This record gives sequence, C-alpha cells and structure tokens, in this order.
Amino acid sequence: MEQPNLDYVNQLARGDESIKNELISIIKKEFPEEKKCYFESVEKKDFKIIEENVHRIKHKISILGLEKSYKIANEFEHNLRELSFLKKEEFEKSLMAISSYIETI
Amino acid sequence: MDCIIIDDEKMARVIIKTLCNEIDDLHISGEFSNAMQAMKFLNENTVDLIFLDIHMPNFSGLDFIKSLKNPPKIILTTSDTKFAIEAFEYDFILDYLVKPIKLPRFIKAIEKVNKQEISSKSKASQVKNTPDVENDFYINIDRRLIKIDLPSIYLIEAKGDYIKIKTENQDYTVHSTLKKIEEKLPESLFLKIHRSYIINLKKIVDIEDNSVLIKKDVIPVSRSKRPELMKRLDLL
Repeated sequence: MEQPNLDYVNQLARGDESIKNELISIIKKEFPEEKKCYFESVEKKDFKIIEENVHRIKHKISILGLEKSYKIANEFEHNLRELSFLKKEEFEKSLMAISSYIETI
Repeated sequence: MDCIIIDDEKMARVIIKTLCNEIDDLHISGEFSNAMQAMKFLNENTVDLIFLDIHMPNFSGLDFIKSLKNPPKIILTTSDTKFAIEAFEYDFILDYLVKPIKLPRFIKAIEKVNKQEISSKSKASQVKNTPDVENDFYINIDRRLIKIDLPSIYLIEAKGDYIKIKTENQDYTVHSTLKKIEEKLPESLFLKIHRSYIINLKKIVDIEDNSVLIKKDVIPVSRSKRPELMKRLDLL
C-alpha cells in the first residue's frame, strides 16, 4: 500500500518551517475530527453527510500524496451519490494509514 | 489586487493564503468559511478577485455565484472537476484550480487574471477620449502645490506611508500610496513591476534576469510582473 508523505507540504512551504508546522498541525487536529464525523455519519447511514465527510477528507488524502487512495475516495464519493457503499472498505483502509502516519509527524 | 478566499476548509484557506503570499500585488482582504459571510462582506466592500470553493455545505459556490449582482473575477478552487463546464458559462470565472493547488499552476491562474485586467483596461482606454489624458499633476509638499511633469518621472517607490517620486530634476517624498498614484499615471508610460515600485517604461536602461536598471537605480521585478513587462517592451 502507498504511504502518506509530506512532499506537497514541503513543496508549498519552500523551506519555511512555520508554514510547514501550521499545515501539519491543521492535519493533526482536523483529520481525527473528520474521521470521527465520517464514522458517525456511516453509523447513521446518512449518504449525503457521508459524501460531504468523504469530500472533506479527500483533500487531506491528496495533500498527503496518496494518489491511489485519492482515486478510491473519488469513486467512493461517486458511489455514495448512487446510495452505494462500494469502495467503503478500501477508503477506510486509507483512513487508518493516515491515522498511523500523523502519529509520526 | 484585493482578493478574498471562500472555502469551508481551514486547510484550503491556509494553502491559498500561502500561495497568495508568493505573488506581489495580491492582497487578501478576508477569508470566509462560508459563502453567506462572504456575501455580507461584499455588501460593504469591493474586491478584485475571489478564490471560491464550489463544494461547500448548505450554500454552495455555484449558489453564491448566481447570487452575485456585480461579480468580481473569480478563480474556482475545488476537487470536483465535474462542475467546471457549468462554471465556465460565466465570463467572470477566469480559471479553475484543482486541489491540491501547486504554485506553478496558481501563478498561471493569476497571470490569466492580470491579462484579463490589462485587456479590459485597454478596451476602456480605447473608449475614453485619449487626447484628454493628463500630462502632469500636482503634489502637496509643505502646503505648496508642486507641478510634476509626468514624462519626467522615472521611478516611484513606496516607503511605508509615503511614496518617493523620482524625476529627472528632483526627488519628492509625498504622503500617499502607490495604488493612489498608479491611478493618475498613464498606463502607456508606467508599469508597476513590484509591490514597491512603479517605473517609467521609457526610462529603462537595461533589464537583467529579475531586475531593471532605471537611471542609476536597480529595481527588482516580481515574478508575476515579468511577463507583462516583457510584453510592454518594444523588442527587436
């Protein structure tokens, strides 16, 4: 499985540690909250809200350089619009990978 | 150029702010996590450019666009390319940036905005009666009004709350801003090449990489202004 990375963050910060730290702290703060909201919406089976949560998380997936996971998230988001949970498990694997990674940064 | 950022994600707003800081002349007047807040702001303020996320809960970017009476230029920022076709039906939407936005693509979008700005200004000046263009203006120094002949100005430099006007004969320090004086200068002769400098194009001695020599002053040229400067020069 592909691994999250900070390539985009480093590219954007261009050596400015304060920008890098700000972006990392937002990821570290927001991602767990967004993941929690996602699982809560799954519990409720509210497709519209699940879709919104997936969309929000999708941006962080792309920021962390997870190209395949981003594609999966896109497909999952599309499936949710069709009221289908197809790609859910794969999407959730990406969430777990990100959770483990942000513990290390 | 005054701009605002509308995006429900803090991360996205921080990224756009970081990218904006790379561009001289781009001033962020506000950032909003929802379109309604932005609407309130726009009722009392004007901006030149909006970075707008399409996919936002409750009141989407497209709803926001439809509600604008006098829309400024807009650059869309989103992950949903599917909205692009609908969005480009509007003339004031100049570009579409897919997240995560990278600096080279961001610069390209700003260049598009600048180009459009130049073309609409030149259209406006064609409509205007060109012989009426002023050739001088007055500045107030120590309660004296001094006439400045525009073609004699070779450089104007921002210095905090003041500007320094350098002419062939003398330098003047006036309490004003570059933005204010820029409005009084003929576009055919002057160009803002950096957030702190306006130059008289006719007075350029030479250009090297990212600087111009004007009289004896070496003036930096912003990366975003370089294409416009090159375009305005009469190259062999």
